[in-house]
Amino acid sequence: MTTKDILHETFSALTANKVRTSLTMLGIIIGISSVIIMVAIGQGAQGSIQANIQSLGSNLIEIFPGAQRSFGYGASGGRGGAQTLTPDDANAIATQVSNIAQVSPEVSGRYQITAVGTNTNTTVNGVLAAYADVHNVQVNDGRFITDSDSKNMSRVAVIGPTTASDLFATGTEPVGQTITVKGMPFNIIGVTASKGSSGFSNQDDAVYIPLQDAQLFLIGKTTYYTTLSVSAISPDVMTQVQTDITNLLMQRHNISDPTATDFNVLNQASIVSAASSVTGTFTILLGAVAGISLVVGGIGIMNMMLTTVTERTREIGLRKAIGAKRADISTQFLVEAVALTVIGGAIGVGLGWLAAYIVTSLGILQTSISTSSVMLAFGVSAGIGIVFGYYPARRASRLNPIEALRYE
Amino acid sequence: MIEIKKITKTYKNGDNETHALRGVSFTIQDGEFVAIMGPSGSGKSTLMHILGALDTPTSGTFHLDGKDVSKLSDDELATIRRDRIGFVFQSFNLLPRATVMRNVTLPLIYAEVPEKERERKARKSLASAGLTEDRYEHKSNQLSGGQIQRVAIARALVNDPSLILADEPTGNLDSQTGDIVLGTFQKLNKEMKRTIILITHEREVAEHADRIIYIRDGLIVEDGSGHSKRIIEHAKQKV
Repeated sequence: MTTKDILHETFSALTANKVRTSLTMLGIIIGISSVIIMVAIGQGAQGSIQANIQSLGSNLIEIFPGAQRSFGYGASGGRGGAQTLTPDDANAIATQVSNIAQVSPEVSGRYQITAVGTNTNTTVNGVLAAYADVHNVQVNDGRFITDSDSKNMSRVAVIGPTTASDLFATGTEPVGQTITVKGMPFNIIGVTASKGSSGFSNQDDAVYIPLQDAQLFLIGKTTYYTTLSVSAISPDVMTQVQTDITNLLMQRHNISDPTATDFNVLNQASIVSAASSVTGTFTILLGAVAGISLVVGGIGIMNMMLTTVTERTREIGLRKAIGAKRADISTQFLVEAVALTVIGGAIGVGLGWLAAYIVTSLGILQTSISTSSVMLAFGVSAGIGIVFGYYPARRASRLNPIEALRYE
Repeated sequence: MIEIKKITKTYKNGDNETHALRGVSFTIQDGEFVAIMGPSGSGKSTLMHILGALDTPTSGTFHLDGKDVSKLSDDELATIRRDRIGFVFQSFNLLPRATVMRNVTLPLIYAEVPEKERERKARKSLASAGLTEDRYEHKSNQLSGGQIQRVAIARALVNDPSLILADEPTGNLDSQTGDIVLGTFQKLNKEMKRTIILITHEREVAEHADRIIYIRDGLIVEDGSGHSKRIIEHAKQKV
């Protein structure tokens, strides 16, 4: 039989009983479309969580000082309290570790901020210009802190949009106003763009002032940093950069035991991968639930094919009597089953796509349909056709023509 | 040419053995019109299945055009049926949802005959079976019993077989239509020199053939090339 003949036979068999064909197909349609939409939701969630984490800074590695320890059994100064990160460390990292885009030294602390008639308590960061690039901070209004602001110890500040709305009435232009931090007046030169809160930190509620101002006025005549933020040139080199920084700092601080370091290096990629593994598990769970409905759909196909084989026993007998071989018969029934699942799969992909589109455009959830999940859905539906069509097809091909012709 | 020698067929059903055929031998030359006749349970259906390459004998040999088909596998038998045998059944066995043309070309599809050739052959055999051209695109469930059986005859002719095997072809037809169908067989035999074997339990139907092989209890009782005249005369006297 030529391919065209097989397709002709399949078409005429499937259209002979349209209601039954479409009901059987419905099982596959529901299965495939739910796989598509569940995976789309899962991947969409994964994408938006990753985007959230990326908004903290691209390819970000953060170095914090360790706990300050006194000799013997003294009280621990608390993690991050040690004064171990020096400008020399920052220079050494910037010059000796490869694949680094920028290094941003920072000092930060929480302080009471006052404006005219209002006040708030928020994080004050002493920063250089590099901070904006490393942490993906954009300024909506005015400008960001520059290195010369720090060198000149200008009394300028950039504030987050949340802080701005806490301190100033709606409609008031914050740029040009003055805020007071720990008794020191700072002139506001910019407001950052809103990034939304991610987890426990809200980057929209913050005040940025020049690094040296913070070191001198707030913390008090120190040259140490509370954080060194480093951005790597690409996500692929994150681990290398992290390892190199750790080794360099251990060598500079004369530490040989990696468990006893006086600093901590946090890699954003490891946070991303932890979050991804959570959403990945979530996607698998959703996919598995949808997969069960696919199997149920497949059993529906098998049921219909077995019924068809029984109903068409005489036809099979006739076909064999006029010269059809076993392979001719089994191919015909297998192609019928595969056609059911593939057509059902195509409709299912279309429906899933549509549903995902609606969910996204209504703003309920961000979804993303990958080519791989569409290909997988197609492959799976064709596979289901083969698996669940095989037994009925084999049964049809092995019918004895004499008995099949006598079948009532 | 059909040559069968000492054919036996035994069915085993648990401990019971049924001897459907117990040593049947005959030769049918090309161009003969033979009726195989016998009451039900005589073994004529079993004989038809073996002659039609639907089944193989327990022992004995069956040569069709010099080829031994008594020990072939299922798929090899299918090839023999496809290339050398045309079937006409009592219950027609047309595909109801397919057109007349599709039904007739079905054997050619399995023989992988090119599409254009199929239609040419189908038209030729439909014309030989006496079906008018305006019916070719009808579905078979829109035809009368006589027309259906002529479509079935056309289907049996289409692969240009060595042998046409008709199993009770008039069993589901009224006597008038039955006569027309039997007339078609006679015409195919006389004008186109087709070899036809007609299986029936009715003497009146068998009498349309030139030779009657009468079978009972798995054995040939009469091989009627000599006796056929006598049988026919006997029947006429009864009427």
